[in-house]
Order: sequence, then C-alpha cells, then structure tokens
Amino acid sequence: MTVPGAWYLILSALVFGIGAVGLLIRRNVLVMFMCVELMLNAVNLTFVTFARMLDDIGGQAAVFFVLVVAAAEVVVGLGIIVAIFRRRADATADDLHILKG
Amino acid sequence: MNAAYLIVGLPLAGFALLVWLGRRLGDPLAGWLATLVAAGAFAASVVTFAALVGKDDRHRLAIKQILTWVPVGGLHVNAALQIDPLSVTMALFVTGVGSLIHLYAIGYMKGDERFSRFFLLLNLFLFSMLCLVMADSFLFTFLGWEGVGLCSYQLISFWFERNSAAVAGKKAFVTNRVGDFGFMIGMFLIFNRFGSLTYRTVFADIGANGLAKGTATAIALLLFLGAVGKSAQLPLYVWLPDAMEGPTPVSALIHAATMVTAGVFLMARVSPILQLAPGARWTVAIVGALTALFAATIACAQDDIKRVLAYSTISQLGYMFLAIGSSAYAAGLFHMVTHAFFKALLFLGAGSVIHGLHDQQDMKKMGGLRRWMPVTFVTFLVAWLAISGIPPFAGFWSKDDILAFAWHQSPALWAIGVLTAGLTAYYMSRQVALVFLGEARWAEHNVAARAGAGPALAEEGSQAGPASTPAMEAGAVSGGAATGAEPGAGPDEHAGHGAPPHESPWTMAAPLVVLGVLSLVGGVINLPVHKLDYLTRWLEPVIGVAEPHVATGIKWMSFGVTLALGVVAIGLGLSIWLRTVYSETLEPAILRRAWLVDDALSAFVRKPGTAMADFAAYVVDKEIIDGAVNGVGGVVRGLGRRLRRLQTGYVRNYALGVAAGTAVILGYIVFRAGG
Repeated sequence: MTVPGAWYLILSALVFGIGAVGLLIRRNVLVMFMCVELMLNAVNLTFVTFARMLDDIGGQAAVFFVLVVAAAEVVVGLGIIVAIFRRRADATADDLHILKG
Repeated sequence: MNAAYLIVGLPLAGFALLVWLGRRLGDPLAGWLATLVAAGAFAASVVTFAALVGKDDRHRLAIKQILTWVPVGGLHVNAALQIDPLSVTMALFVTGVGSLIHLYAIGYMKGDERFSRFFLLLNLFLFSMLCLVMADSFLFTFLGWEGVGLCSYQLISFWFERNSAAVAGKKAFVTNRVGDFGFMIGMFLIFNRFGSLTYRTVFADIGANGLAKGTATAIALLLFLGAVGKSAQLPLYVWLPDAMEGPTPVSALIHAATMVTAGVFLMARVSPILQLAPGARWTVAIVGALTALFAATIACAQDDIKRVLAYSTISQLGYMFLAIGSSAYAAGLFHMVTHAFFKALLFLGAGSVIHGLHDQQDMKKMGGLRRWMPVTFVTFLVAWLAISGIPPFAGFWSKDDILAFAWHQSPALWAIGVLTAGLTAYYMSRQVALVFLGEARWAEHNVAARAGAGPALAEEGSQAGPASTPAMEAGAVSGGAATGAEPGAGPDEHAGHGAPPHESPWTMAAPLVVLGVLSLVGGVINLPVHKLDYLTRWLEPVIGVAEPHVATGIKWMSFGVTLALGVVAIGLGLSIWLRTVYSETLEPAILRRAWLVDDALSAFVRKPGTAMADFAAYVVDKEIIDGAVNGVGGVVRGLGRRLRRLQTGYVRNYALGVAAGTAVILGYIVFRAGG
C-alpha cells in the first residue's frame, strides 16, 4: 500500500506550521533557530512530494539547493548564537534589541 | 606632407623640453632652444607648402591623422591635421612671425628671473595656435582656441607681481569666455544639425543638402561671437588694450600678429556657412567697420606707445572683418598677413624704444630718438608707411583691396573704412612725430624724476590722470620713477636712468629688419592685377566663394581717395605733432578715456552688478536654492523620525511581519486563483 501524496503534504504543512508558530512565540534563540530548520525541512518535504507526484526531477534538485543553503545558514547562524552566549549567559531574543531604530 | 606633423610637433616638444630642462638651460639657452624649435616649425611649414604647391589646384588637400580623440556614440572626432592652402598659409605666417619674435624676445627678456618660463609659454602658444589653424574639425580648433587663450592669460600676467598685470590677464580671460560660449553653442548647433564636427563632413553635407537660412545665420552669428571675443571687436574689445601689460614680444606675437587673427581665420574657415547667411555677413561687416572707426578714434588720443598700437590693432582687425563680411575672404586674409608683418614690426619697434629708454612708455616723454636708435627708426618708418597705406608698402595693397570690396557691399561701409584709413595715417604720424622726431624730451624728464619722485608723480597725475586707467598710470609713473615698468629688463643696463637711449642688441634688431623688408614687399603676394593675385587664387579652392567683381573704375576711385586722404592725414599729423606735445582740442578727454567704455563697465559692475550678485547670493541662492535643498532634507528627516519606530529590534516582530506579509501574498494568490 502506498501512502497518498496528500498525506505528505498535510504532514509538511503541520511541520511548517509548528516551525512558524515556534519562531513567533519562543524567546530562546537556539529554539527559534531550530524552528527555522523545521520550516526549511517542511518545505523540502513538499518539494520531494511534488517531485514524486508530478514525476519531475526538478523538485528533488531544488531540495539539494535548500540543503546546501541551510547548511551554510547553520554555520553562520550557530556562529552568531555561540558568540551571543559567550557574551551573556541567559540571553533571550528579546534581550537582543539594541539594533532598534 | 608628413612634415606637417613636425609643424605642431616641434613646438610641443620644445614646450615639453623647457618644462623639464628650462631652468637648467636658463638665460639665454632656453630662449635659443625655443627659437630653434619655432624656426624648425617654420621650415616644416615651408616644406609642406612646397609639397602643396606641387599638386594641382583641386587636389591641394591632405588629412593627417594623429589619433582617435573622441569616439563617443554618434560623435567621432579625430585629432587630425587638415593640410590645405588656408591652413598652410596660416601656419607659414604664424611660425614665420613667431620665430622672429622668439629671436627678438631673447634680447628683450634678457635678465628676467622667469626667462625660461617665458619661452616655455611662447612655445606652448605656438603649438596651440598651430592646432587652431591646422585642425580638421571644430572641436580640435576649439582646443587650440582655448590653448591660445590660456597662454594669452599667462603671458599678459607674466609679471604677476604687478597688480595691474594680474588684473589685465583676468580681464582678457573673462572677456574671452563670453566669446567662447558663442563658439561652443555654435558647435552644439552644428553637431545637432550635421552629426559631425569635422569641417569636410559638414561642408560636404552643406554642398549636398544645403542648409536652411535660419540655421546658417544662427551658426554663423554664434561662431562670430567667438571671433568677436578672440579678435577684440565691439563690444568685447576691452581686454586688448589692457593686454599691453604683458611683455612687448607677447603683445607683438599674440595680441597683434597671430592670436587675435584667429577670429578672422575662423570666419574664413566657415565661409560655406557664412555664405548662406547674408544677415550674418552684414553683421560681420558692420561690426568690423564700426570697430575699425571706433578704435581708430581712441588711438588718436592715447599717450602710451603700446596702447596706441593696441587700439590700432583692434581697428585693423575691424578691417579684416569688414572684408569677410563683404565676401572678400582672400582680401581679409591678405590684410591679416600684411598686418602681421607691419604690426609686429611696430610692436617690436615700440619694445625696442621702451627698452632703449629704460622702460619709458609715455610718448610725451620721448622724442628725437631718430639719432639714437637708427635701426629702430628706419624700420618703424617702413611700418608706419605700410599701415598708413602708402604705396608700395604692404599695407597699401591689402587695405585698398578691402576697401574696394567694401564699396561693393555698401558705399557707407566704404566711407567708414576710408575715414578710418585717414585716422590711421593721422595717429601713426602722431606717434612717429612724438617718438622719433621733434626734440628730445626724455632727458629733462629723467632729471626731474631723479631730482625727486614727488613732483614727477604730481605732474604725471595731472597729465595722464583722466586719460588712462589706474593700471596705465601705474605703468607710466613707474616708468619714470625708480622701479621699472617692465621689471624683466636687465638690471645692469638700467643702473643709470639718466643714461642716453641706446640701440637694441642684434637679436632685437635683426627681426626688425626682416619684418621691415616684409612690410615693404609683402604686398607682392596678392597684387590686384590679373595673374598676380597669387593669394586669392591660392586660397580659392578652400574658400569656394567667388570674390565679388569690382569694376576697375571703382578700384581706381577708391585708391585715389584713400591715398589722398592718407597723405593729407600724414601731413596733418606730422605738422601738428612736431610742434605740439599736448593739445586739449585734439585729445579730448572722452577719447583719452576711450569713450568712457571702461568707466561705464566698471560703473555698471559696481552698482547694478553688485546688486544683482547680492540678489543672486542672498536671495536666490540662500533662500530659494538652499531652501529647496534643506526642505528636501527636512522632509526626509521628519519621515525617518516617524518610520524608525517600526524598527523595534525584537526578532519576533520582524518574524511576525514576514509571516503576515506571506499570509497576505498567499491570500491574494489564492483569491486570484479562486476568482
């Protein structure tokens, strides 16, 4: 029995929603960062699903780009987060608002 | 024909060499180098001329590419030399007269502390002037045009320690700018109409497709405005008399023989355009005639030996424009060449006198110099007869030529020209009588000056006071007093002011003699006889306009009237000024002050000019322009102050913004897809 494509899409929508809501409501920088990863991977899942449903390799190729960019983003993002925690032990995202206008 | 490259290349090389080595070469080697270079350019001109003569009439044209200069969009201008009878004629006389004046300057500038700088500038001037006359496009001509303007400025204010010289240089530069704008706008019009600035392309286009009268008139008048500035015609002539603050070789080379004739050359160059614009031609002729008369009247009442010659130059340039306006281009150029000979000679003679009299420039304090300076005297006499139009001297032929054609254009213009010819003969005779004949007045003056500067100054002030500008007074006063009016002259020869006048060294005398011979026989290049009018026939392929035919009877009539008037004027001038030294009736104050033009100008600048500048500075600039700029800044700053609150610094706000934005866009797409 094959799982219908719609289920994958529903799953990815759920994961994306969890990621988006998490990003909006959580204050811990590390958790917010993980939420961003959730959203990225949810999108990857839709790409793969559509690639299979439409029988088009293009979707899978896009996933590779997303993976590469995500990896690069992790490197930069984690670097920034580590730097932040070096300066202040218990920083939340709201404490980091010195760049306000 | 490749010698043409040398014509412009040599002066440029001389300039570059003098920039590098000038100071080390010093006095007089730097001068000799510059003279050699000028002479080399002259030799190259002769070679080019010979090559051109060797061809037949219709093929006397060669273009020598130097480099691709401006390759922008639709505008392609090459720096190229156009070798044709007109440009070679100009190159010949520019380098020829230029070499002689270079040689003269070696003697004249001896002992000047900026000796090498002087020759460096002279060579740069020569280069610019040759670019101007040999260019194959308006733009390249304009480059030379500005180059000679720059050199003229530098050389007028060569002795910049003297305030009057610095001011005169500025005046020349600023006045020339007015004309240059005319030239530039004229060029823009030409490019707009023809899409090219190359002479050949433009004239070929005119030949093939014609040109509307209105466009032709506009272009011709704008270019004429440029010529008016450069050639010191009404109303932009005011800079030339003041330009006499420069060293005398400069006055001779730039402000008499070559640069000021650039306007005449330009008009001759664009003769195909001018020929399509009768209105513009009338303007040129009328401006020329009026300037000739106007300047001649002023020259009758000046005391400064160089100032008389300066006004005389303006007047003679007026003749040339009269010829151009009467469609007699060859006659105008003929007068330009002969004028270069005798006017350069007059200036160099005046320089020799100034030099010999230890920087005295006031003619009222000269007299009787024929015994002391025989070479200068004899050559000056030749130039005097030439400019007065006495046959067989060079000036006679060219002036008579112009007057005949002026009659053809309009008898009124002819009458003005003849009157001017009479005035010319008169004021030149006055000058000769005051400087070389009569009794010596310099000795008593020198004694008075040595006895005490005070009384001498007072006497100066009362005599020259209303007549001349402050600049002139300063020159005249210091001429008699301890400091030299021309600080360039060697201090060794000027130790004793009471010393008798002396004849100039051979480097100064030799050019005088050569120019004297040329002024005597220069007329042969264009005799008004069939088959002997070499210059006219030589220039014919370039001008492309047949000269108007003037009946032989008219020529004889014009010749007779002019000659009679000239002889009478010479007689009058000599007989009056041999005995008189100062005369209120013959030198009315208004003429001494040059028809009050300079006073009117400075009054205008002082009152309404200052008010206008104040209005522009404190109302227009400060309130309106600054207000607009500050207003824009204020609006942006206020907006920014409000909008900066959007940047809270909280990541969640930004994330919410992104999410909301995405939701809106998604909603819109879904709505569109659904609808």
